[in-house]
Amino acid sequence: MSDRLKRVFLFMAPRNHIEPRSVGAVRPQTLHFAEPLRLKSGAVLDSYDLVYETYGTLNAAKSNAVLACHALNAAHHVAGWYAEDPDNVGWWDNMIGPGKPVDTDKFFVVGVNNVGGCFGSTGPKSVDPKTGNPYGSSFPVVTVEDWVNAQARLADRLGIGTFAAVMGGSLGAMQALQWTIGYPERIRNSIVVAAAPKLSAQNIAFNEVARQAITTDPDFHGGDYYGHGVVPRRGLRLARMIGHITYLSDDVMMEKFGRALSSGSIGFHFDVDFEIESYLRHQGDKFSEYFDANTYLLITRALDYFDPAAAHGNDLSRALAVARARFLVVSFTSDWRFSPERSREIVKALLDNRRDVSYAEIDASHGHDAFLLDDRRYHALLRAYFDGIFERL
Amino acid sequence: MLDLGCGDGVLLKYLEQTRNARGYGIDIDDANVLACVRNGVNVIQSDLERGLAGFDAGSFDCVILSQTLQAVRHTEEIVLEMLRVGREAIVSFPNFGRWDLRLQVALGRMPVSAELPYQWYNTPNVHLFTIADFESFCSGHGIRVLERVALHRGRPVGALANLLGSIAVYRIEKPR
Repeated sequence: MSDRLKRVFLFMAPRNHIEPRSVGAVRPQTLHFAEPLRLKSGAVLDSYDLVYETYGTLNAAKSNAVLACHALNAAHHVAGWYAEDPDNVGWWDNMIGPGKPVDTDKFFVVGVNNVGGCFGSTGPKSVDPKTGNPYGSSFPVVTVEDWVNAQARLADRLGIGTFAAVMGGSLGAMQALQWTIGYPERIRNSIVVAAAPKLSAQNIAFNEVARQAITTDPDFHGGDYYGHGVVPRRGLRLARMIGHITYLSDDVMMEKFGRALSSGSIGFHFDVDFEIESYLRHQGDKFSEYFDANTYLLITRALDYFDPAAAHGNDLSRALAVARARFLVVSFTSDWRFSPERSREIVKALLDNRRDVSYAEIDASHGHDAFLLDDRRYHALLRAYFDGIFERL
Repeated sequence: MLDLGCGDGVLLKYLEQTRNARGYGIDIDDANVLACVRNGVNVIQSDLERGLAGFDAGSFDCVILSQTLQAVRHTEEIVLEMLRVGREAIVSFPNFGRWDLRLQVALGRMPVSAELPYQWYNTPNVHLFTIADFESFCSGHGIRVLERVALHRGRPVGALANLLGSIAVYRIEKPR
């Protein structure tokens, strides 16, 4: 039997789990933290709010908690929907829910909007209690380490001593990795999807173009646009457009749009001719309506600065020497933003440390965004891994 | 331990449970990677043909290649890579020197047997070799044979291993 046929049969095989469902209507919650958060930069956030959601039930032993970390443009709304806004479905709803790979009948899943965000946790558009005005340009630069420190405090407040797993894709995966370094005794499994141990020069270059788009928008006002009644929409739109290009593969873009024309023929003008142009503009418009430009700057900077090996002579193996967790590392073949090669660097460092690690390279055509999509092989793997975590609880 | 071409990971699982060994499997196939995760063993999805560049020299006590050597393209490189990353290696392979296979060839047909159930047109085996071939390969590459057992139907054969053995298992090392 050919491998292809075998795969088809494998996926046709009946599964002995119930039909996946959604966690249903969910409601975000907010906790206030009065204890100052000392940031990597040396700055201090005197107090802050974290908005979060939870799904499933924390067991009596408090051993079944899973933290799902968000990437660039998402937040605490990981699964389910809002009663008042049923179309607003969580960003990892295909992964997390009853009967889903991360089964909320077994696990207690936490999603949190990171500090510096724009969806309810304290960030640049929040009011600085010292001035009574939005933080704007005075909001300190935050790092992945800072986020993880804040997440650990949230865990304290929720009564979670140790996470059964911390998981994330892309920038979320960097947080899952940082947990194993910053809090090795508080994480039993780290699920690192579509990650890189640090950004390449090309990655930083794309981020810089996005930031330049924002900061050169006349409506940016040095980051203090809130008082001017404007937002740097054009900049944010461009930033999203360039980002979006890096999330997709050349193949999937060609397959989805090709050179299709919006109006059937070229117009000999510089307005929209090609479908891909119209798609990118739409993505940019949508994004600029709900995302805060300062948060975009902060998050891209956090990506740039993430480099756990830097403090260890650029030796990732040494950086991960403290890690105690078991790891699942997953990459996608068509991801050119964080290619499989980047994930293999992480795997190599874990092998050097004799850590328990499994690594899968998923043959998916969707590029970096594949980590958010419902791919059978990917989801079957995550399901199997989480079944194993549950057995060891 | 490193198990190259580990399949569903049952060997690793067995050695972990019975010998308290720890290790990693390597396999290229998606279904095998998934099966390993289901079996709770570490697996690294990787193409053996690309070598073991992700592993440092001497990082394993033992590297295992079970019934796979005849199916890889870069046979020589893989054996040398195994002995680079492992202090010793265990290799098993079907012996094409067994008498009934020789007879089939003598009668003009490519051999088919319980250990080699494929026809010439669908076989994954690209390097066909015998116990004598492997021994000469070892001596030619400065590889020391630590232990050898030839099996037929699961039982060790005594003399005339190359004639009577259908499977050969070698424990080898490369003195540094």
